[in-house]
Order: sequence, then structure tokens, then C-alpha cells
Amino acid sequence: MSNTSSIPPLGQRDALLHMANIDKVFNGNVEALKNLNLTVNQGDFISLLGPSGCGKSTALRLIAGLMRQTSGQITWNGGLNEGDLGVVFQEPTLMPWATVEQNVWLPHRLRGKSLDDVRGDIMWALKMVGLESFQKSYPRELSGGMKMRVSIARALVTQPRLILMDEPFAALDEITRHKLNNDLLMLRDKLKCTVIFVTHSVFESVFLSDRIVVMAARPGRVSSEVTVDAPYPRTEEFRTSAQYAELCRKASDALHGAMNQHGERASA
Amino acid sequence: MSAPEMQNTQSPVVDLEELQYARAQRRDKIAKWTLPVLMLLLAIFLWDRLVVWNEIPHYILPGPGLVIETLIEDWGMLSDALWVTLKITLMALAVAVLGGVGLAVLFTQSRYFEMAFYPFAVILQVTPVVSIAPLIFIYVDNRLAGLLLCAWIVAFFPILSNTTLGLNSTDHNLRDLYKIYGATRWQRLRYLQLPTALPYFLGGLRIAGGLALIGAVVSEYVAGTGGIGSGLAFRILEAGYRLNIPRMFAALLLIAATGVVIFTLASLLSHALLHKWHESAIKREN
Ligand SMILES: Nc1ncnc2c1ncn2[C@@H]1O[C@H](COP(=O)(O)OP(=O)(O)O)[C@@H](O)[C@H]1O
Ligand SMILES: [Mg+2]
Repeated sequence: MSNTSSIPPLGQRDALLHMANIDKVFNGNVEALKNLNLTVNQGDFISLLGPSGCGKSTALRLIAGLMRQTSGQITWNGGLNEGDLGVVFQEPTLMPWATVEQNVWLPHRLRGKSLDDVRGDIMWALKMVGLESFQKSYPRELSGGMKMRVSIARALVTQPRLILMDEPFAALDEITRHKLNNDLLMLRDKLKCTVIFVTHSVFESVFLSDRIVVMAARPGRVSSEVTVDAPYPRTEEFRTSAQYAELCRKASDALHGAMNQHGERASA
Repeated sequence: MSAPEMQNTQSPVVDLEELQYARAQRRDKIAKWTLPVLMLLLAIFLWDRLVVWNEIPHYILPGPGLVIETLIEDWGMLSDALWVTLKITLMALAVAVLGGVGLAVLFTQSRYFEMAFYPFAVILQVTPVVSIAPLIFIYVDNRLAGLLLCAWIVAFFPILSNTTLGLNSTDHNLRDLYKIYGATRWQRLRYLQLPTALPYFLGGLRIAGGLALIGAVVSEYVAGTGGIGSGLAFRILEAGYRLNIPRMFAALLLIAATGVVIFTLASLLSHALLHKWHESAIKREN
């Protein structure tokens, strides 16, 4: 991993993945995505922001290879190798019968690596999320926020190039969510990885990302993009700054623009 | 999460409630054991009094004391019979577990396999074993094999259906995760589906344990006097012909006790395997 070099500024990053003219039709008539175009660069922290049903999860699932697009191309710069992807869902999605350590082991285990071989990686990932002392705990002994941290550790354990997160903090209380947002930025700063983060919270998207891709529904598509040119690291002060408020207003306008487009189309 | 607030603003009320709750909790704990034991003792006592007060002759209804006496007196014969019945029950249960889980795994590996064979499983399940047993004893020469087959037919279905349900109940996000990480079929079965199915399987096992005993006893009745050692059901029949009612009760007592022991063992196994992680084993307040 290129942990030492810093992420170049927006506009100077190498492309990681292109999505070109993506259509996804369900059951022959539900147009979940129509002509979606998106380039993801190495080091981007992209938020997909949009009303529910606009195809955010569908876009992530296409990138993850969980299903195939109806038409269009997804191309990976340098190909997609084992361990390049980490995924975090809205629910922690842990195996309740397995300890924290065994849960984080999963990506390696499925590639035939024994626990002893990758214990170092597991401990590293748990340390990243601040749970190194909980390796032997079972998920039910953890709070919602801690379970989500385990889920993140599992996504990190292969040191992926790209992390996909589908509304990971939506079910958490606000205090926990803020804490996890701060920690996620810290992680990203350490790992220099690329993140695509699905959310329907304007505030969350502005705080976290440097690119907000606003999506519109019916059919799902990219409506506009808002660049968040506030420097990292971002701390709690950023949340109360005038710049943050201004950016939130901008993103919110873009989101409302996307929803109105949707209204016009629905009545047409 | 408004519980902490409530405690702060109305702590005296909550304290009182909590006190009552703790008391109720303690009462429940004691009652859980004492109540069934007391009721059982009371029932036995009434049984005894009923026999004594009405001077019921022992060839109509023996008292509990006489049943115990007979049990001790005939222990040699009855324990042999118990061993025979127990052997068939446990073997049938073992085969039911292997067959039930094996079929369930095959079912989840191929939808076509399930479509093809599920009807057979249902037909075997809904047909009363007493009606198939005579045929089985005509076609199967080996008595032990016949008894086993009967008991198995009764016992395997709850294991099959519960395990199939469990194998199909995996969390869809976990399934996606396995797919993303390129899991093989075998890995998915071993690391995801089988653990998910474990609580379902154990629920099926508890039912199947009782059913295996029923199957063993019923098929023994149908088989009648056999070449192989005679089980408890045969001893009951035999004692009935001789109007040895106390021995009938003694053998009955052994069958009931066996059923209780099997159920308890299955429950203990379930607890041992699940208590660390499964919801069913977690005690929650209210
Ligand atoms: N497996 C599916 N089958 C049919 N329709 C689907 C499926 N998945 C999603 N959809 C539809 O596609 C649209 C986009 O869904 P989704 O990507 O989940 O939106 P979002 O995540 O933005 O809320 C919705 O209208 C949804 O009903
Ligand atoms: Mg979604």
C-alpha cells in the first residue's frame, strides 16, 4: 500500500474505474439505472447522494460484481484482483456464531488462508477500528456501533483498493454516527484508499467526501456533481464552520434539483 | 434509547418497579423447579390414595409402590428390554440425523433434486407408520433392520424439514459478501449455511428424538414376538396377555423416562452449542 504518499488533489488522480453508459433494467420494465456515467479516481472519497430508489445500491452492486448491467461497460484500471474490494452494508452483517476475530478472518478464510497465517492482518484491522481488545467477543456482546466497526475491519483486512459502503451508519444514533464518520476519515487518511459511500444524508456526504455525486430517480441516473473542496483532515470544527454550512446548502440544492427533475419526469 | 432518561427523572418509581421485578424474577426461578416436582408428587400421592381408599385390586390398577416394586423385581428382564428399545431408538435417530441432514444438504444444492424428492419425503411423513410397518416386515427379513426402518421413517422428517429451512435462511447480505469474496459452494455450505441451520436442526432433533422412540415402540408392537431380543413394547404386550398389570406399568414407566431423558439430552446439547451466540439462549429482561 502507498501509505506514505499522500492523496493527490482532485483532478490529478489516476482513474481507478470507469462506468460508461450503464443501464440496469429489472424484470424487463424497472429502469433502476439509465445511462449512468461515472469515473472513480484513486483516492476519491465519493458520496452517492440521492432519494431512496434512485439506484444507489444498484450501482454499488454492479461495481461489486454482484450482478451484471443490462448494457454499458465497467472497466477497471489495472484489472480487478482478489482483495481489491471491501464492502460494508447498512447492517453489520456479522456471523453471530463467530467471534469478532473469526468474522474479520472471513475474506482471507475464503481464500484458503488459515487464521494463524493472517492473525497479523486481523489484529491490524481491528486496531484500525479500535477494537483490538474485543477479538474473542461474540457480535451479540457488542453495541451497534461496535458491530459496524467490526464490519469495517472485515472490509479493511485485505487492504482493498476500493471500499464500497451502502448507508453503513444510517441505522446508528447521531452521536455514534459522528464518531464513526470521524474515524472513517482517519482511516482513509492512513490507508489512502478509495471510498464510494452511499448515503441519503446531505450533512454526512459533505463532511466525508470530496466528490458528491447526486443521483435522480426514475430512471436512476447522475443528476449533478458537487465538489467539496475543504481540505482533509476534517475535524469536529469543520462541522460548525461557515464553509460546511455553505457546502451543505449547495449539496442540498443539488439534491432538490434532482428530486424536481424526478417530479417533471413522473408527470410527463 | 430513552431508558436512562426515565431512570433519571423518575428514579423512585423505577426503583420500586425494579424491586418488584427482582422479586418476581426470584419467585419464577424457584417455581420453575418446585412447581412441576410438587405437582408430580401430588399426582402420585393421589394415585396411591385412589388405589388404597377404593381398594382397587392390583390387576386392575396397581399403586405406585407396587409398580416400583415390580420394576425392581423384574429389573433383569426389563433392563434387557429397555436396552433393546433404546438401541433401536438411538440407531434410528442417528440414521435420521444422517439421512435428514444429508437430504437437506442435497436439496439446497439442487432445486431439481428437491423438486424430485420432496414429495417422497412428504408421503413417508404423512402415512401412519403402523400402516406401513406390516409391509416392511414382510419385505425386510432382518427384524432389526425392519424396526430401524420404521423408526427412521417417523423420525427423519422433522430433521429434514427443519434443516432445509435453516440452510435456506442465510442472511442475504452475508450471501452477497461470500459471493464478493469468491466463496466456493463448499465454503458457503460449511461456513455459512450449516451454522445458520444449526439452531433449526437442533429444534428438529428434539422432536425427532421423541418420534424415534415412538417409532421404535410402535414398530415393535407390529413386529410382535421377534427373533431378536424383545423390547419394552413387546414386554408390555406379553404382560398384558398374562394380566400382569404392574409389569405393564413398570415397562410404561421406563418408556416415559426414556423419552424424557432423550428430550433433556437434546435440550442440553442445544444449549451447549448455542448458548454463546444464539438469540434463543439469551435471557433478556422483560
Ligand atoms: N432485485 C431487484 N429486482 C427488482 N427491482 C429492483 C431490484 N433491486 C432494486 N430494484 C429497483 O430498482 C430501483 C433502485 O433500487 P436501489 O438501487 O435499491 O435504490 P437505492 O439504493 O437508491 O434506494 C428501485 O426502484 C428498486 O425497486
Ligand atoms: Mg439502497
